[in-house]
Amino acid sequence: MENNLLRYSNKALPKRINAAGFILMISGFSFGIIAYFYDAQRALQNYLIMYLFLISIGVGSLFLIALEYIVNAEWSVPIRRIIEFLASLIPYLIVLALPLLIKLNIIFEWTHIAVVRDDKVLFDKSPYLNITFFVVRAVVFLLIWNLFYWLITRNSLKQDTSGDQALTKRNIKLSAVFIPCFAITITFTAIDWLMSLEPHWFSTIFGIYFFSGTIVAALSAVTLIVVLLKENNYLHPKIIDDHLYSLGALLFGFVNFWGYIAFAQYLLIWYADVPEENFWFMHRWQNGWWIVSLLLIITHFVVPYIVLLSQPAKMDHKKLKFSAALLLCAHILDLFWIVMPSSQNSSFSISWIDFVFPVAGIGIVILAFSYKAKRENLLPVGDPKLERGLNFHL
Amino acid sequence: MNNNPLFAVAAVYDNPDKIISAVTKIANSGYRKFDVNTPYPLHGMDGAMKLKSSKLGFITLFFGLMGAATALLLAWWTLSVDYPLIIGGKPFFALPAFIPVTFELTVLLATVSTVICMLTFFFRFPANSYPIHDTQYMKDVSGDKFGVYVEAADSRFDLTELTILFNETGAVRIDQIYLPAKEVYPLFQPKFLWFLFSVFVITSIITYFSLNKLMYMEPFDWMADQQKQSVQKMSAFYSDEFGMRTPVKGTVARGFIPYKYLGQAVPADTMKNPLPPTSSVLELGKKKFLTFCSPCHGNFADGDSRLRGQFVNPPSLHTNRARTMTDGFIYHIITNGQNAMPSYSSQVTREERWSIINYLRVLQKAKNASDADLKMAKKESVSDGK
Repeated sequence: MENNLLRYSNKALPKRINAAGFILMISGFSFGIIAYFYDAQRALQNYLIMYLFLISIGVGSLFLIALEYIVNAEWSVPIRRIIEFLASLIPYLIVLALPLLIKLNIIFEWTHIAVVRDDKVLFDKSPYLNITFFVVRAVVFLLIWNLFYWLITRNSLKQDTSGDQALTKRNIKLSAVFIPCFAITITFTAIDWLMSLEPHWFSTIFGIYFFSGTIVAALSAVTLIVVLLKENNYLHPKIIDDHLYSLGALLFGFVNFWGYIAFAQYLLIWYADVPEENFWFMHRWQNGWWIVSLLLIITHFVVPYIVLLSQPAKMDHKKLKFSAALLLCAHILDLFWIVMPSSQNSSFSISWIDFVFPVAGIGIVILAFSYKAKRENLLPVGDPKLERGLNFHL
Repeated sequence: MNNNPLFAVAAVYDNPDKIISAVTKIANSGYRKFDVNTPYPLHGMDGAMKLKSSKLGFITLFFGLMGAATALLLAWWTLSVDYPLIIGGKPFFALPAFIPVTFELTVLLATVSTVICMLTFFFRFPANSYPIHDTQYMKDVSGDKFGVYVEAADSRFDLTELTILFNETGAVRIDQIYLPAKEVYPLFQPKFLWFLFSVFVITSIITYFSLNKLMYMEPFDWMADQQKQSVQKMSAFYSDEFGMRTPVKGTVARGFIPYKYLGQAVPADTMKNPLPPTSSVLELGKKKFLTFCSPCHGNFADGDSRLRGQFVNPPSLHTNRARTMTDGFIYHIITNGQNAMPSYSSQVTREERWSIINYLRVLQKAKNASDADLKMAKKESVSDGK
């Protein structure tokens, strides 16, 4: 057992993964810079999509870690490091926010003083929607996430050498504080970065909508990486299909949750059909956007739902990889669907710029993951729940 | 000690690891008819027992789909086909509005049918007893022990082999469970019938008195008994005690203009027949003529009805005077009455009166057709017949 633990605790990933991540990021960003001079608005909108995708995976993963601690889950302990590695995106979010914060005026209508002055609604919203307060909020949220990321992963890492059980208890307390903070920060992140793209629109469920997509994206990333690592024998042999089943079941649950929330948001706006609200969905149906709307329903709900419905499917490596990869793409599509129609009179079109930034984003995820995987144990060897987690059976 | 056939041999363990290893051995030896009782679910037991995944999920799926289909078809049929209603300006088939109902019915049918099918097909409802009930084994596994029993009905059943296996794996106790003696109770014992009867009488008496006497409440009849005058009822308010009042003079019904020339011998103005003599109008006119006009004027307006001789003789409507009357004047006569003929305004509506007149014109034409008319009619019948 001890031998096994050591053998699988830190098995270095092949170098080409790191290289692939590096190439993806560099090529993505270099084309991104060209795109910025070609079409600044489109480039920045796509950068925003990439940034929120990284928030989804990074902060969503941190939420999954907190969830494990607070419900005292055992099955996820052997794969917690993988989630922690994904959460290591959080520190980079500070740097990555800079281009957006500097060039807010390119994509956000409410940053233009002249527009706000002539618009009663925007003027009344300006105590909240102004550049100073926006930047303050963004920075505070980033600091909160970084603080909890640093505290929780530091305790987890310390446990590898000390094996101190008190560290688990400390992390449970931290998680209990983090989860309400996460609820508030992710809601306002959704309101600030996404809802304020069309500042006249409002939807009280929008924060939960973004949250549901966030968790789906984080779970998909975790599932995809766990299955890939398992297939290539990087994981402890006692991490078996029963663990994958739990991941698949969670993923299936959150796919349903996303569908439920997305439909709840649509149903009320469709039913009331009030001009203050319904234009948001009209922008996402007219001018060819209906294709994206339908594609979103199919890729983010219908297909994963059918694929993951049966019990054996939740352990099937191929089906898990397929739905996880599909859901990651669907989350990017979801963000694309929210962000792109917001600019004035935009009819649906696809440009090469739309592919550049997701590529860079995926590169960043791979780089951050392999950077951590090289330095830290792939198994939390000091965790008191590890043994039980490895012996997990359905 | 027990003459009944052996049902099963059971072993009790005091730790979950032991029972999992024991069950693995039993399953590997090829036994199929065995079951495990533990105070809480043990992770890994399904694999150790080599259980196949349950088929219950397919029942859930089937009934879930049935629920979804039922809800969608019901909503579609009632709201879009059979009784289309415009609700909130939405299309008749408003899918988003139907989805909550579909979702609820899917979940309802899937869960309820899962439970019912589980009880009936998997637990063989109403099996209310089982040989392992009321044994020391059952008491132990309901407490802090873990138990496994192998049924004697298993084709591989071998008591000595099993006893050795149980002992080897560290069983705390091994029990042999026998089928209980069959107990038969006569259904119609006099005691039981008396008991049923007295329950019936006592429950009826208690129910009657408690609902009618003890807890009697006046029924809520606020709709039936209102503070207003009902039609055809006496009134304490008016001095003549009539609940129904005569309308004020000159009162006109809503959407109705009274006949202008009522009481005049000759209408001051000539009215034109607003209805063209189409087949549907003539059909209506014929029907009303035969109902209201023919008792006096005869089926073909010859004035030869069965009332002739018993009453003032009604005139034929084929006289020159009747034929040259304007439609408006005939309308006036039907509405106002003439000589012995009373007003028919309350029996036939305005449209029906004009239809009757159209039909009367047909009768008159048929009786006094000219040569030109006959030629015309022949021509039409030929052209119709081709």
